Amino acid sequence: MSKELTPIADPGLPEHQHRKTDVDPRAAKKAERQVAILFSLSALGTVLFVYAYVGIDQDLLIFLPILGNTNAHQLFLGLGLAMALFFIGMGAVHWAKTLMPDHEVVDYRKEQRSTDEDRAAFVEAAKEGAAAAGIGRRPVIKRTLGLALGLVGISPILLLRDLGPLPEDELEKTNWAAGVRLVTDPGDRPIKPSDLEVGGVAQVQPAFPAGKKRKLEDIAKDSVLLIRVRPEEFNLDPERLSWTHEGIIAFSKICSHMGCAVALYEQTTKHLLCPCHQSTFDVTRAAKVIFGPAARPLPQLQIGVDNEGYLIAKAPFNEAVGPSFWERDSA
Amino acid sequence: MSARERVAGTVANYVDERTGAAKWLKKNLKKVFPDHWSFMLGEVVLYSFIILLLSGTFLTFWFDPSMREVEYEGSYEPLEGLKMSAAYASTLHISFDVRGGLLMRQIHHWAALIFMAAMVAHLLRVFFTGAFRKPREMNWVIGVGLLTLGIVEGFLGYSLPDDLLSGTGIRIAEAIIQAVPVVGSYLAYFVFGGAFPGEVFIPRIYTVHVLLIPGIFLALITAHLMLVWYQKHTQYPGPGRTEKNVVGYPLLPVYMAKAGGFFFIVFGVTAFLGAVASINPVWLFGPYTPGQISAGSQPDWYMGWLDGLVRMAPPLETHAFGHTISWNILIPGLIIPGIIFTGMALYPFIESWMTGDKREHHLLDRPRNNPNRTALGAMSLTFMLVALINGGNDLIATHFDLSINQIMWGTRIGIIVLPPLVFVITKRICLSLQRADRDLVLHGRETGRLVMLPHGEFIEVHEPLTPERAYLLTQHEQLPALAVPETDEMGVANPQGARGKLRARLSRASQEQIPKPSVDEIRELESGHH
Amino acid sequence: MARISRYRRHRLAGPVLLLIALSTVGAGFSMARAETTKVVAAQSDKATLIAEGKEIFARGCSSCHGLNAEGAGIAPSLIGVGAASVDFQVATGRMPMADMSQQAMRKRPVYNEREIAALAAYVASLAPGPAAVTNEELAWERDGNTAQGGELFRNNCAMCHNFAAQGGALTAGKYAPTLMGVEPRHIYEAMLTGPQAMPVFSDKVLTPQEKLSIIKWIKHAEEEPAIGGAALGRVGPVTEGLLAWVLGLGIFIGIAVWLTTKAR
Repeated sequence: MSKELTPIADPGLPEHQHRKTDVDPRAAKKAERQVAILFSLSALGTVLFVYAYVGIDQDLLIFLPILGNTNAHQLFLGLGLAMALFFIGMGAVHWAKTLMPDHEVVDYRKEQRSTDEDRAAFVEAAKEGAAAAGIGRRPVIKRTLGLALGLVGISPILLLRDLGPLPEDELEKTNWAAGVRLVTDPGDRPIKPSDLEVGGVAQVQPAFPAGKKRKLEDIAKDSVLLIRVRPEEFNLDPERLSWTHEGIIAFSKICSHMGCAVALYEQTTKHLLCPCHQSTFDVTRAAKVIFGPAARPLPQLQIGVDNEGYLIAKAPFNEAVGPSFWERDSA
Repeated sequence: MSARERVAGTVANYVDERTGAAKWLKKNLKKVFPDHWSFMLGEVVLYSFIILLLSGTFLTFWFDPSMREVEYEGSYEPLEGLKMSAAYASTLHISFDVRGGLLMRQIHHWAALIFMAAMVAHLLRVFFTGAFRKPREMNWVIGVGLLTLGIVEGFLGYSLPDDLLSGTGIRIAEAIIQAVPVVGSYLAYFVFGGAFPGEVFIPRIYTVHVLLIPGIFLALITAHLMLVWYQKHTQYPGPGRTEKNVVGYPLLPVYMAKAGGFFFIVFGVTAFLGAVASINPVWLFGPYTPGQISAGSQPDWYMGWLDGLVRMAPPLETHAFGHTISWNILIPGLIIPGIIFTGMALYPFIESWMTGDKREHHLLDRPRNNPNRTALGAMSLTFMLVALINGGNDLIATHFDLSINQIMWGTRIGIIVLPPLVFVITKRICLSLQRADRDLVLHGRETGRLVMLPHGEFIEVHEPLTPERAYLLTQHEQLPALAVPETDEMGVANPQGARGKLRARLSRASQEQIPKPSVDEIRELESGHH
Repeated sequence: MARISRYRRHRLAGPVLLLIALSTVGAGFSMARAETTKVVAAQSDKATLIAEGKEIFARGCSSCHGLNAEGAGIAPSLIGVGAASVDFQVATGRMPMADMSQQAMRKRPVYNEREIAALAAYVASLAPGPAAVTNEELAWERDGNTAQGGELFRNNCAMCHNFAAQGGALTAGKYAPTLMGVEPRHIYEAMLTGPQAMPVFSDKVLTPQEKLSIIKWIKHAEEEPAIGGAALGRVGPVTEGLLAWVLGLGIFIGIAVWLTTKAR
C-alpha cells in the first residue's frame, strides 16, 4: 500500500560546513602545533622505553596505588611503548581530522553482475575450452581422471596414520593391581589406615617398583583419592562395602565426565565436587552423581591392608577410569 | 620541479614501466571509504592480528615447544627446582629473564582477547545492519570461518605454556575428542601420539598455532579485504546516500592517515594493557600434571560459552551393546556449536529465501527496520550470554553470595526460556521504535513548550522535522510479504507444499512492519490542522 | 635473601631501615612486658584456666553445643576436637557463629587471647585432641620450602582454595575462603582439624614439615608482587575477558567515535 504513496524525497547531501581550521589561519596553526605535540609525546615514549630497558633493574619493585607492588622495569617498558605507539596514532588522526581536506566525496557503484555480452562470451569460451580438451568425447579419460582424483586424497590421510599408536585396550588399564601399595602424592610414602583420621583425605598413587619413573600418563589414570568417614555413614551395597577398609574408601580422582581432577571433598556433606564442570558425587553412596553433567560414578578401587598393615589395592579398577569413549563397556 | 619530485618521479616511472601500476593506482588512491565508528571494529580485528603476528614472532625466539621434562633453575623462586616441561620453563624464562618478554607475552594475550572481542563486535554490526546481504554473502561466510578459526587458534595459543590451567583445558579437549562415536579413542591416540598427555602434543599444536592457522588467517583476511575493496564498502542511509553511490573520504590522504593512525592507537592501547594489567600469570598456576586442579578453572572468554554449555548439560550417556555414547559431552561440545556456526554461515541465504529478496544491497538497515532479524540476533546473543555466564558460575557464586547449584539451574532454565522471550520483546521494541519514528515524521518533535490557545486550551508545540531527518526516518523500503497461494488457479493444492507454507509464514513474520509515513499522509494531516 | 638485597639500593631503603629500627626498640619494650605476663600466666594454675574456660563456655557456647559440649541438633559435639580446633574457630572469629548461615565466616574474634586459651584448655580437658599451636612454634620460615609447598598446595589445597589461595566455590553456596591474611597458626590448625567442610590432613598424610612448606608458600603468595601489573583478583581468565571487553574494546569504540566525527 505504501507503494502507491509518495515517499519523502531525498534532500540530497547536506551542504559542506567549513571547519574552524579551514577559515581561521590561527586555528590551523594551533592544530598544527597540537599534532606536533602529539608526535613529540610519542618520541618521549620511545625515550622512556629505552631508559626502562637499559636503566631500570629487571627486578626492581615499586609500590603504586591500585596496582600494589609492581615490577618497575616491565611497567615503564610497557608505558613507554604504549606512549610511543599511541601518540603517533593520535597525531595522525588529529592531523587528518583538522588539517586534511574534509570534503566528502561521492563515488558511484556499478552492479557486480557482468554484462550479458560478457557472460555470453564467458560461456562460449568455457564451452570452447571444454570441447578442445575433448572431455565430453572421451569418456574413458573423464572416468579414470575422476577415479584418480578421488583416490589421491587417500595418501595424505594415510600418512597421518603414524601420528600415534592404536589405543588397543590401553584406556581400560591403570597401574593398579592386587597387592600394590597406596603411596602419598607427592612424597611416595605408604599409608596405614591409622594415618588417616575420620574426615581426612589423602591423594595417592600406586607404589612403583624402584627405578620405574612415574610419568604424567600414569598420573592421568592412576590418581586416587582416599577418604575416611565413619563406617556407619556408608550407604553401600555389601560388595562395595567390602571394597572399603575401616571407613576408608578409594575413588579414581579422574572425573568420569571430562577427566579433571575431582578432589573438592566436603567433610560435612561427604560430597565430592569437580571444579571444572561442577559434577557432584556422593562419597557415601559409591560416588553416585547427585548434580552436574557427569553421567557415571567415579570408579571405586578395592582396598585392604597387607601383612605389614599398609593400605594396598586388592584388585585393579573393575572399569575404565576417566571420560567415556566408544569402546567403553559401561553397562 | 624540485629534486624530491624528480626522485619520486624516477621511482614511480621505474615501477610503472614494469608493472603498469599507475593505471590501477590512479583510480584506487581516490577510492572512497564511508566514515562511521562501527566500521572501525573490523579494523581493530585486522590491527590486533598484526600485533599478534609481531608479538608472537618475538615470543618464538625463546619459546621451546617441547614436553621434555626439565628442572626449573630460573629466577622465579617459588618454582625453583620443580620438574616441568621445557615449554613451561621457557615461558617462565620469557616472563622473568628476557627483558620485555613479559610485556610481549601480555601484549600477545591481550591482543588475542581483543582480536576475538572485536571480531564478535564486528560480526554483530554486520548482522544487525544487514551488511551480509547480496553481494556480500561470501564475505560473511569467510568471516564466520575466521571466527571459528580464531577460537581454535586462541585455545591452542593459551595451551602452549603447558601450565596447570591450560593443561586442564587440553584434558577437556581430549575428552571431547575421545567422546566422538566410533573413532573417538583412535582420534585421541593419534592427536596425542598415545595416552594423554604424552610428549608430542605441545610441539604439534605449536606448528598449527604459529604456521598453519596464521597462514590460513592471512589468506582468508586477504580475501575478505579484497572483497571489501572490490565491492566497495556499505554505508548507512542518509540524505544523498543511495544504493548507487558511496559517500565518504578518499583513501589518500584522509582515510590512510586515519586508518594508519588507528593502527598505532590500537597497538598503543594494547601495549598499555600489557603494561598495567596482568594476564595469564602462568607462574602462579604451576606446571601441568593431570592429578592437580585449581578451583575456578575457566577457559578464555571466547571459549567460556562452550564451557558453560558443557557445565549445564544433563548427565546423559547411552550404554548399549558394550558401547558408550556421551551425550553430555557431544551435545554441548560438538552438536550445539556445530548448529550455531553452520546456522550463522547459512543465515544470509536463509534470509534471502525467507524474504524472496535477491537484489543487491549497499545501504545498511537501521536495526529497528528489520524487527525479525534484530530479534533473531538478540535471541542468539542471549543464548550465548546465558551460556557464558554459566561458564563463570563458580566465580559468580563466590563474588555475589550465590550457590553454583542455583546458577546452574537458573541458566539451565534460562537458556531455554530466555531466548524466545528476548525474541518477542526485541521484536515489540523494534515495532514501537518504528511507531515512534512514524509519529515523529507525522507530528514533528515535541518541544516541551506549552502554549495556551485563545479559547483556553493548552497544546504542546510540535516542531516539524528537518527534511534530512524526515528522509532518514522514511528512506527504508518495506517489502510486502511473499504471497504463496494455498491452491493454484486450477484448485490443486499448492505444489510447493509444506515448504512453501513455511516460507510464506516466515516471510510474513519477517515483513511485519509499521507502515512508514508518506508525503500524502503528512499533507493530509497538515490540511486537517488548518 | 636475594629479595632483600634487591631492595637495598632502593631510595626508600633509608626511611624503611629507620622505621624498622624504631619498631625493634618498641617491640623490645612490649616484649619485656609480655615476659611479665608470661610469668603470671605460668603461675596461674592450669585448673583455673580450665575452670575459667568452662564458665565462658557455659555463657557463650553451651546454648548450641550443649552444656557439656556434647553437641546438639544444630551444632556438633566438641568432645575430642582438641584445643587446635577451638583456637582456629574462635580466634578467627568463626565461633561463636552470629547467624545460622551456610557456613561460619572469618570475622573479628569475640574473645581475647586469654579467653580463647581458657576455652581451648576446657575443651581439651574433655578428651584428648590436637593441641593448639602458636605462630612462634611454627618455624615455617626456617623449615618450610616454598617450591615444595607450592606443589603440595596445588595437589591438596588449590582445588578448593584456587591456584593463588584466593578461595573458590563449593556446592550449595558453601565456599572455600581466601587464605590471604590468615595467621600461620590458623592455617596449620585448619589442616590438622579440618574445620567445617574442609577435610583433615593428618600428620602422616601431610607431615608437619610439609604443612610448614604449605604455610611458607601461602605467605609467599600473599607477598607476591603484581609482576605483570594489576592482578585482577588472581582468579583466572574471567576477569581478563571482562577487562578486554570493557576497557579494551571500550577504549577502541570511544576513539573510533572521535575518529569518525567531523571536526568543527
